[in-house]
Amino acid sequence: MTVKELLGTLDLEPLTEDTNLEGQIEAGYVSDLLSDVIANAPENSVWITVQRHINILGVAKLKNIAAIVTPRSLAVELAVIEKAKAEGIALLRSDRSAFEVAGRLYGVLMKEAR
Amino acid sequence: MIEPCVSSAEPRFQLDYPINESDFLAAGESASKTKKALQQLGLKPEVVKNSAIIVYEAAMNIVIHATSGRLKVIIVRDEVVIRAEDTGPGIPDIELAMQEGYSTAPHEIREMGFGAGMGLANMKHCSDELIVESEPGVGTILEARIHLGQKESPREIR
Ligand SMILES: Nc1ncnc2c1ncn2[C@@H]1O[C@H](COP(=O)(O)OP(=O)(O)OP(=O)(O)O)[C@@H](O)[C@H]1O
Ligand SMILES: [Mg+2]
Repeated sequence: MTVKELLGTLDLEPLTEDTNLEGQIEAGYVSDLLSDVIANAPENSVWITVQRHINILGVAKLKNIAAIVTPRSLAVELAVIEKAKAEGIALLRSDRSAFEVAGRLYGVLMKEAR
Repeated sequence: MIEPCVSSAEPRFQLDYPINESDFLAAGESASKTKKALQQLGLKPEVVKNSAIIVYEAAMNIVIHATSGRLKVIIVRDEVVIRAEDTGPGIPDIELAMQEGYSTAPHEIREMGFGAGMGLANMKHCSDELIVESEPGVGTILEARIHLGQKESPREIR
């Protein structure tokens, strides 16, 4: 599915507006440890993390991560949002917890895979 | 200390990045630039991905654990060679440092998501050969080699 489709289905706020809305999503990963994401996140993932430091963008680029989801309505600095736009990575935000976002995402992706 | 890998053959391709303490941005960019450059050379996606991961982890280790350093990405013969050299505290026990989960990263670094103790293990996993040499109080040299594999010497150097 595309990032755009995900936005609607999971009710996410696109912090980076229309950045990478056509990006393809095939899998997901949840982790706050950057080296763990580098080692284990599948390609074309949505990455759910509470990390909001600029380094998450470098990791996302490295792993072809199409979108990053920030849970619990956590604040994201403007500089990070601007950098994400420049790098073509979608930053999305949810008012739900990482657990709830992951649960919903899993359901949607599994349904699509069937 | 390890002999420079380039002494015996002229590199046909070379990237060179200075990496400084706390400069996360430059370190991250060294990895994405490497990825782009190796892609443009037409290397296998697997080789490109592994090289970029090694550059990222090595650069972040310099940023986090050392004072300053340089990172070189070279293609010599049938290998991508990534060489990271730094001035810094060095690694007193390399075997211990290689173990997944071992980290001396301070609290504020861990809060940013570093310090899983997985970087060196990732580099090992992504390379065909990884050599780490270090002198406590002086610095660290890390050299990773990735075989290009058959039929894939990069376009420009064939
Ligand atoms: N260039 C270096 N200079 C000094 N010490 C280093 C260097 N690189 C690694 N180390 C030491 O080796 C340990 C393990 O490194 P490794 O990259 O595996 O994990 P980390 O950097 O602590 O965490 P992660 O890479 O998962 O974010 C580090 O915590 C540090 O003690
Ligand atoms: Mg590390």
